[in-house]
Amino acid sequence: MIKFFLMVNKQGQTRLSKYYEHVDINKRTLLETEVIKSCLSRSNEQCSFIEYKDFKLIYRQYAALFIVVGVNDTENEMAIYEFIHNFVEVLDEYFSRVSELDVSFFNTVFHGTWQAHSSPYQESIDEPPKICSALEPQQACFSPDSSFKGAASTTPIY
Amino acid sequence: MVAPSLKLQDLIEEIRGAKTQAQEREVIQKECAHIRASFRDGDPVHRHRQLAKLLYVHMLGYPAHFGQMECLKLIASSRFTDKRVGYLGAMLLLDERHDAHLLITNSIKNDLSQGIQPVQGLALCTLSTMGSAEMCRDLAPEVEKLLLQPSPYLRKKAILTAVHMIRKVPELSSVFLPPCVHLLHERHHGILLGTITLITELCERSPAALKHFRKVVPQLVQILRTLVTTGYSTEHSISGVSDPFLQVQILRLLRILGRNHEESSETMNDLLAQVATNTDTSRNAGNAVLFETVLTIMDIHSAAGLRVLAVNILGRFLLNSDRNIRYVALTSLLRLVQSDHSAVQRHRPTVVDCLQETDASLSRRALELSLALVNSSNVRAMMQELQAFLESCPPDLRADCASGILLAAERFAPTKRWHIDTILHVLTTAGTHVRDDAVANLTQLIGGAQELHAYSVRRLYNALAEDISQQPLVQVAAWCIGEYGDLLLEGNCEEIEPLQVDEEEVLALLEKVLQSHMSLPATRGYALTALMKLSTRLQGDNNRIRQVVSIYRSCLDVELQQRAVEYDTLFQKYDHMRAAILEKMPLVERDGPQADEEAKQSKEAAQLSEAAPAPTESQASQLLDLLDLLDRASGDAQHPPPLDPSPGGALVYLLDLPCAPPPPAPIPDLKVFEREGVQLNLSFIRPPENPALLLITITATNSSEGDVTNFICQAAVPKSLQLQLQAPSGNTVPARGGLPITQLFRILNPNKAPLRLKLRLTYNHFHQSVQEIFEVNNLPVESWQ
Repeated sequence: MIKFFLMVNKQGQTRLSKYYEHVDINKRTLLETEVIKSCLSRSNEQCSFIEYKDFKLIYRQYAALFIVVGVNDTENEMAIYEFIHNFVEVLDEYFSRVSELDVSFFNTVFHGTWQAHSSPYQESIDEPPKICSALEPQQACFSPDSSFKGAASTTPIY
Repeated sequence: MVAPSLKLQDLIEEIRGAKTQAQEREVIQKECAHIRASFRDGDPVHRHRQLAKLLYVHMLGYPAHFGQMECLKLIASSRFTDKRVGYLGAMLLLDERHDAHLLITNSIKNDLSQGIQPVQGLALCTLSTMGSAEMCRDLAPEVEKLLLQPSPYLRKKAILTAVHMIRKVPELSSVFLPPCVHLLHERHHGILLGTITLITELCERSPAALKHFRKVVPQLVQILRTLVTTGYSTEHSISGVSDPFLQVQILRLLRILGRNHEESSETMNDLLAQVATNTDTSRNAGNAVLFETVLTIMDIHSAAGLRVLAVNILGRFLLNSDRNIRYVALTSLLRLVQSDHSAVQRHRPTVVDCLQETDASLSRRALELSLALVNSSNVRAMMQELQAFLESCPPDLRADCASGILLAAERFAPTKRWHIDTILHVLTTAGTHVRDDAVANLTQLIGGAQELHAYSVRRLYNALAEDISQQPLVQVAAWCIGEYGDLLLEGNCEEIEPLQVDEEEVLALLEKVLQSHMSLPATRGYALTALMKLSTRLQGDNNRIRQVVSIYRSCLDVELQQRAVEYDTLFQKYDHMRAAILEKMPLVERDGPQADEEAKQSKEAAQLSEAAPAPTESQASQLLDLLDLLDRASGDAQHPPPLDPSPGGALVYLLDLPCAPPPPAPIPDLKVFEREGVQLNLSFIRPPENPALLLITITATNSSEGDVTNFICQAAVPKSLQLQLQAPSGNTVPARGGLPITQLFRILNPNKAPLRLKLRLTYNHFHQSVQEIFEVNNLPVESWQ
């Protein structure tokens, strides 16, 4: 089961965080710094799975952003690894070449995308375009940029 | 009057613009104040914006609990924008611990029955994230209704909400069980995936559900087969594998259903083999599926051929260049090694290669697996590899590695010498990381291997000479040198090159250990005791040892001080007993040191108690002694009062050592010979347990200016007595009060015949050879009565 999901940049600033088990707010920052420290200290040749306390961390680095998923013992690590990549592909479709800035500014959009992508359990998996098209009507209303309004397209962008 | 509020974008820009933490905190606090004011004013138009900012700030780690009620208000509003942010806020800020969360129940209920899909979707999402048990129970019927809706978007979400509900309230499984079988017929992968998750949850929580769902195994098999055999489909393919996530999920469910159930396992066998062989493993997605397959094969009652296939797949993973895959392979092999030991053995060389990995997770797994793979046939080779690893491994793995090696050596050691070598090597490379009982084990092992005494003491001496920082090694080495010091100095040992070791070197080394600041107090204790033992083993004089011992009489460490004072007393007053006390230790029981202590304590207790019957012979002198605690002439100072022979009595004498063995003999010493500064003294002991026995210790001292050399003392007694002469401590007494020679006579006098003793002395003094024959008169009556 997924315990938490983080997107943290190299400087340790959290861009997105979602916890599926209650963690105290002050403990959260501590957790995030420790997690990012262990991810940063690893080189390219080392494997993407780390054991941290009683979680297993699966991380992937995309440019300056680390996406870290904390799971418990019952998960298939490689499936989660694949899943992270799938998620990033969805974002890429939606934002057309997503970057860290997008993550910072459209923070709540990301929440929504993640929500659609994977509810409490690691799930998903509609192909990227379909997800994007499903997202747009909702995100439209709430992205500050009003040009999206009404641009609800349902045809796959593929 | 509130300043115009920032948009979320602007707030984020400001925060990013802050150069320091303090600045950031300032910006955020200012903004929070605004937000709080705005909430108080109850401005409905911008509420969602304020909450969005609050959520962002919350994510950065600042408290945001005052936004909880606003979430409720937003959810209740009719605008979608408001609802969206409100639900998101509810998911992030509210949870079971806050009482406020129950208030959403009604709103969710309304939204669920509204019929507007996005809104229903939102409500379901929120419910599935933070729904508490009460909420789930209230809303279960609504969710069930939504399960049967035509829209796949909603059904998917409803299924996931059902999963969450089952987790929170297992009793609801009766509600959600019936639709499951029906849902399995869907084509939509999202729904399928959700259903399979739901079934997995149900089966995990209730055995009845498990039995119920065993019926669908054929159907699952069919679904998976279709997935695997259909060609490339744009909709679901991820790097060539069609919907790996669904495959993984089905495999996991099959694992749960097939566990401990022959029939289901049989149905799955073919399919698993097919998946294993057909999956494309060039990309990670394929490997993920393969990994799950292997896990499933291991868990169910699979055919033997299938298990071998699984192990081979894992072996192949091990050779893969991608580290992630090697990691999962090592983890799974570790799980397998208990059940399929021989199959895993075949991959031992690869596993051992993985020890060289730079990656910490990988090397840790490889270490665990290697230790599990050691058996009696490969122990030598494996130990070599593991020892090489120990030298180069990162510090956090050292302790595990060291204890693993020691355990394996204990179980599978082919010869004692190899065992000793291995432990020695571990102690030298990773001494600080071994467990505490390693020292005890090693001393016990060496003690038991008689033929290896010389070898071990020599090797330990060499190791100690190089490095005195590793405490366990130093302790063992000190113990061995103390016990077998004479073997060390002998100079020849077949097993390693002969090494000339000087007495002085040995003493210097032990002193170095004593003085080093790296030595623990326990180590110092070992070294001090070793020094004492050497005083009887070495041929030379004991001056140096006596010096060291007397220095430590005033040591600050109480334990050391006590030992030093005891040993010093041994030198001064009880020199005749020194040899007996410091004899070679017998082999102790497995509980090594404890048995040691007990033996020592019982010896002391015996000596204390033998003091009790002795006083009957000299009551008068004793009364005087009670008043004069410092009376040393008779050596009775430590006598406990005759009415209280228990060890507790000894504590009365504060100036005495509670644990020092008190002299049992009240018989005074006798000076029998004096010539040009060379003196001969006799001291007598009658051990109470053997009344016929008399122990005489002769002590030859030299206060003249010339050395006494080639000193030999012989004795004769009447025929009715038996005499036994033990080896003297030496045959040289240096000048000016040098170390005296002591020799022990044992006289058996069963008939209590009067004791007569004739002594013959020969020695060289002032370049003259001296010979003296005389009979000892004034022998005390107590010595033979």
